[in-house]
Amino acid sequence: MATDRFQAPDYYLLDDLLTDEQKLVRDTVRAWVKKEVSPIIEDYSQRAEFPKQLIGGLAEIGAFGPYIPQEYGGAGLDQISYGLIMQELERCDSGLRSTASVQSSLVMYPIWKYGNEEQKKKYLPKLATGEMIGCFGLTEPDHGSNPGGMVTHFKDAGSHYILNGAKMWITNAPIADIAVVWAKNEQGRIHGLVVERGMEGFTTPETHGKWSLRASATGELVFNNVKVPKENLLPNKSGLGAPLGCLDSARFGIAWGAIGAAMDCYDSSLRYSKERIQFEVPIASFQLTQKKLAEMITEITKAQFLTWRLGVLRNEGRATTAQISMAKRNNVHMALTIAREARQIHGAMGITGEYSLMRHMMNLESVITYEGTHDVHMLITGMDVTGISAFRNDGK
Amino acid sequence: MKLLVCISKAPDTTSKISFTENNTKFNEAGVQYIINPYDEWYALVRALELKETLGGTVTTITVGKADNEPTIRKALAIGADDAVRIDAEASDALAVAKQIADYVKNNSYDIIFCGKETIDYNGSQVGGMIAELLDLSYVSLASKLEVNGNTATLERDIQGGKEVVETNIPFVVSCAKGMAEARIPNMRGIMAARTKPLQVLPGSEAPKLTEIVAYSLLPEKAGCKFIDAENPGELFQLLHNEAKVI
Repeated sequence: MATDRFQAPDYYLLDDLLTDEQKLVRDTVRAWVKKEVSPIIEDYSQRAEFPKQLIGGLAEIGAFGPYIPQEYGGAGLDQISYGLIMQELERCDSGLRSTASVQSSLVMYPIWKYGNEEQKKKYLPKLATGEMIGCFGLTEPDHGSNPGGMVTHFKDAGSHYILNGAKMWITNAPIADIAVVWAKNEQGRIHGLVVERGMEGFTTPETHGKWSLRASATGELVFNNVKVPKENLLPNKSGLGAPLGCLDSARFGIAWGAIGAAMDCYDSSLRYSKERIQFEVPIASFQLTQKKLAEMITEITKAQFLTWRLGVLRNEGRATTAQISMAKRNNVHMALTIAREARQIHGAMGITGEYSLMRHMMNLESVITYEGTHDVHMLITGMDVTGISAFRNDGK
Repeated sequence: MKLLVCISKAPDTTSKISFTENNTKFNEAGVQYIINPYDEWYALVRALELKETLGGTVTTITVGKADNEPTIRKALAIGADDAVRIDAEASDALAVAKQIADYVKNNSYDIIFCGKETIDYNGSQVGGMIAELLDLSYVSLASKLEVNGNTATLERDIQGGKEVVETNIPFVVSCAKGMAEARIPNMRGIMAARTKPLQVLPGSEAPKLTEIVAYSLLPEKAGCKFIDAENPGELFQLLHNEAKVI
């Protein structure tokens, strides 16, 4: 891949709203990504391989649990810093960001929020250093947008639980040391359990043949009479609200991450259109190219402010699930639209691995579906403003 | 060892450069500042490496107003132990050197590191002036520095080769490419930087011997002219009549 010449757009001087520490965190991640990830990511993506050697670096720059308190090995940063880290990682590749957001929001977050002190001390410091990688098991083959219908379940066997079922489309599954698994007890109540690699009956087959998130490892979690110690149940929250709380945190990170992907596509398009000559002039001088560029920077700028404000609300503990939903839906759709337009500006070059556009575009096809599909987020906003749920109908 | 690293800010290399007040002032609007790369990548990192192998402390010193503090915090995040900011205008090289020299007179250091130049004004003067004001030896544009007891061995890139210089501690060095490899701060460093001491001291009296009269930008690059390889006469004509170089 060519040298990473990325320059972040900041059309409305959003930097003035960030603290010095937030900017330092962002610039640090940006510098690390340019040095360590940009030179190799295209190759790993083309070969559909997760670059495992980056785990240590991701931990060093604070990508694993940045908002987890320092006493548990996190960085104790605020939500906007977390968002900026996700933005910079996804600026390079959504798969890289996925690895970090799963570790942070879907593994460390539930252990921190719903676990007891022993569980926090046992897992969080190792997850923060990357010594341990985690994954999150909610989606099932027949239960995607309707996670409450899950069939994975556990029974009380006296000294331990017996877990049965299967989870699908699980980021990090093939490389994970632990899985935070959501399953129903005998009364049908959803609980979180920490399942460790090596427990008998627990396997993590890898999902092959993806056209998206190729530099990230995806797989299944299969539980065949897995004996899970009772102390591995997360005691402090149960019900569907528990995993959905994790998704709030992860979706917040995705909303920022998508801006990163969009910025990269815009930046590349702006540069390319000024350098590419057709009819003896740069293609940036054509109105149709300018229309694309103008719309891109407008949408990126709007998304930046939406998301910054959401970060402020999250720092104040006031962001609602529906507000997070709106940002995730808007920003991912925005990024995907920009990736497609950017590909057009780059002409035939846009389909090669020489540029990041097609990789972003393919990655974003997953991002627009996972952690709540585009349509489901639309219904969340619809329900929030009308007070009427449109999720279920009688099928007729 | 007590090591002092002179840190200044410089506009990010992607900044658009323009001037105000009839081309007498640099227009700072919208400019992002970074640590001057020669100060950060080579001077600071080599000082940290020496501290890691020989023990001691690394202090940074900056002459300037509070708008320098984000870059100072970054230096602390990369690993400096503490920082000093002399609260005075960095009006020219001598003014900066005088402030630093006055500070060092009251706080002795074994090695004073500078970058070889700042990437905005490219003065390359402060290190030499500090050395002169403190009556210390000065090695400019060094690309390697090793310390053995009380003696330092330095390498300088010179035309067609290298020069090896020896000097006794204390001394002043300006650091060029090759001295060290840039470090990216890690999250532990950023967190630690929150609480590391940043001492702000009032500036002393300093002379201001130079004044910037005007700035101008380089002329825009002219387009390329292609000349047929079969027609060298036209090339000579153009070099003689248009470019007026022959």
